[in-house]
Amino acid sequence: MKKSVFLGALTVAGLTAGAAAAATLDDVKARGKLNCGVTTGLVGFAAPDANGNWEGFDVGVCRAVAAAVLGDPMAVEFVPTTGKTRFTALASGEIDMLARNTTWTFSRDVDLKFEFVGINYYDGQGFMVPKALGVSSAKELDGATVCIQTGTTTELNLADFFRTNNISYEPVPIETNAEAQPLYLEGACDVYTTDASGLAATRAAFENPGDHIILPEIISKEPLGPLVRHGDNEWGDVVRWSLNALIAAEELGVTSANVDELAQGTNNPEINRLLGTEGTLGEMLGLDADWAARAIKAVGNYGEVFEKNIGENTPIGLARGLNAQWTDGGLLYSPPFR
Amino acid sequence: MATYSDPPAGSFQLSQLINDTRYRSYTFQIIALIALFGAMAYLVSNLLANLQAAGLNISYEFLGEPAGYDINQTLVDYNSQSTHLRAAIVGVLNTLLVAFLGCLMATVIGVVVGVLRLSPNWLIRKLMAVYVEIFRNVPVLIWILIIMAIFVAVLPQPRDFRGDNAEASMLWGMFAFTGRGFYFPMPVFGAGSGVVGAVFVASIVGIFGYRRYAKKKLFDEGKLLPVFWPSVALFFVPAILAYLVMGRPIGMEYPALKGFNFQGGIFARNSLISLWFALSIYTAAFIAENVRAGILAISKGQTEAAASLGLRPNRIMNLVILPQALRVIIPPLISQYLNLTKNSSLAIAVGYMDLTGTLGGITLNQTGRAIECVLLLMLFYLTISLAISAIMNAYNNAVKLKER
Repeated sequence: MKKSVFLGALTVAGLTAGAAAAATLDDVKARGKLNCGVTTGLVGFAAPDANGNWEGFDVGVCRAVAAAVLGDPMAVEFVPTTGKTRFTALASGEIDMLARNTTWTFSRDVDLKFEFVGINYYDGQGFMVPKALGVSSAKELDGATVCIQTGTTTELNLADFFRTNNISYEPVPIETNAEAQPLYLEGACDVYTTDASGLAATRAAFENPGDHIILPEIISKEPLGPLVRHGDNEWGDVVRWSLNALIAAEELGVTSANVDELAQGTNNPEINRLLGTEGTLGEMLGLDADWAARAIKAVGNYGEVFEKNIGENTPIGLARGLNAQWTDGGLLYSPPFR
Repeated sequence: MATYSDPPAGSFQLSQLINDTRYRSYTFQIIALIALFGAMAYLVSNLLANLQAAGLNISYEFLGEPAGYDINQTLVDYNSQSTHLRAAIVGVLNTLLVAFLGCLMATVIGVVVGVLRLSPNWLIRKLMAVYVEIFRNVPVLIWILIIMAIFVAVLPQPRDFRGDNAEASMLWGMFAFTGRGFYFPMPVFGAGSGVVGAVFVASIVGIFGYRRYAKKKLFDEGKLLPVFWPSVALFFVPAILAYLVMGRPIGMEYPALKGFNFQGGIFARNSLISLWFALSIYTAAFIAENVRAGILAISKGQTEAAASLGLRPNRIMNLVILPQALRVIIPPLISQYLNLTKNSSLAIAVGYMDLTGTLGGITLNQTGRAIECVLLLMLFYLTISLAISAIMNAYNNAVKLKER
């Protein structure tokens, strides 16, 4: 019994490592489909709509990559992953890329052998409490019961925050966001903590969002971004520059509406290089010339993706804040297309 | 081998390995063994080569590093600066706690239901059959989730205890039953409480001694001594007397609403209670069937013979049927205990931090050492299961029919 289980574990590990070394770009092209890991459902970031089509902010990144590589933004197989399964899914080759509000940390990048290709959302961990509790600062939470999603950076941040402020708390570990909601709403925990964007998304799904407030303290830096496996740099480049194309497009004023017109050629050389009318950037990536134009056409530029899924006019209602272009005082800054 | 086969020297031919029945089975067993080892060696070398190719190595150094996360229910000292190993130990103890409580409760419910399933009363018999069929045929994970959901939804939360017109109140000012768990008063031991404890332990020993004496009296002289009430008296009276004589050294700390939660007293979390309850009633359904099978395995003649000697139904069950049925019941009972222990790894569904939740959950996630953690998990569960098996087998040997 022990032996057979042991062998099973070894086999899985063997396959895992075997798949990791393959050239992902060729695999994706041969398959004709991009396997993209997303959350099991977080409204605004990645969730299936009424017709079963995935949509959201992270989904937009997957669709942009699929459009750039395969020419079809719908050629994506979405693989829902939990905080626990996401890294195994990526390391084993079950998914080609992970776009699942995953925090870029040193140990994930270096020790877990992943490559974060960029940051698509600058986030931080926050706290949500019912208004009726009368709490206005996280430092008043001494003795509170706190619901946390396990397998995330949030539980480490939480432990650090309460330790440095010398206050106690009772952690209630929860596997998914969906399981946390009823516990929080029934009052089994006083506080729900996760990334501030996730809190806003969760609150938007409540019956009475107005009864809950998000406390002002942001206790951590959470740069969220898509990631791929270590060691396949060509594929990493494709995903990185697909994301950068969306960001640069916003900076350059290219939108899904005017991309066709601008792709005829403009007098701005950077737009021309981005959209493939000048230079051979697409060829360098192993793609054709209008890869970026297709991605922008499919999902819109970064600003469009943001406004459509999580912006101020959506139920999530997030302001751009840190996620504005550097020209507008934010942190978004794509390296030049040249 | 050579001692009994003793073939003439020089007459051994290789073909005998296949054709000679004396050697054939050994030949095949050795071939199978070599193939097994070969397959294992291939898989291990494949794993190591692939790990190396991916730049990974197998290392248990992470066990000595600070875990960085907090655990709600800790039976030993633990904080977020303790090591991953310490977190794993906290997880092991939590697993053992829920497994022990679960086995205990499952046995009690299982035996009662198993006996009642054979009750002459139609209603009781059918009710128990319904219980067994419902609980046995729905996956235990679903039971865990349902019980937790009901627990959280039905019971009042601490906020309901607040205010002048509170919706909920504590029972006798001592017990609080909330959706977050149950709060009980906690005894506080003052000076002289050791004497009370010693008297209490002595009276427990006394109860066992008295019962043994009563049994011996029954077997030797046929005299029936009362057992139940003297046992109850022995249980309470000496301890209470000692308590009063020593000047009430044991106080009680009552839970009270402070801040967000009840503070003080003993806190049994909703996760522990719902996991414990779900595992118990699920496994009890299987145990009930084992008990029923064990009882039915004793021929009806035994019951009739006992009845003809004038024994009452209760005594027939306790003195004649159950002692014989036990040897049929215990072997399958062992595997039910093992099942319950292994099923406790579903604990994370309700946020109970057992071994799978700490070592196999957060530690695995934070360190990314999946292979190492899973191997350790397997080792722990294997050890726990084998230990349970060993204890139960020893018990089985003690109660089984002594054959001469």
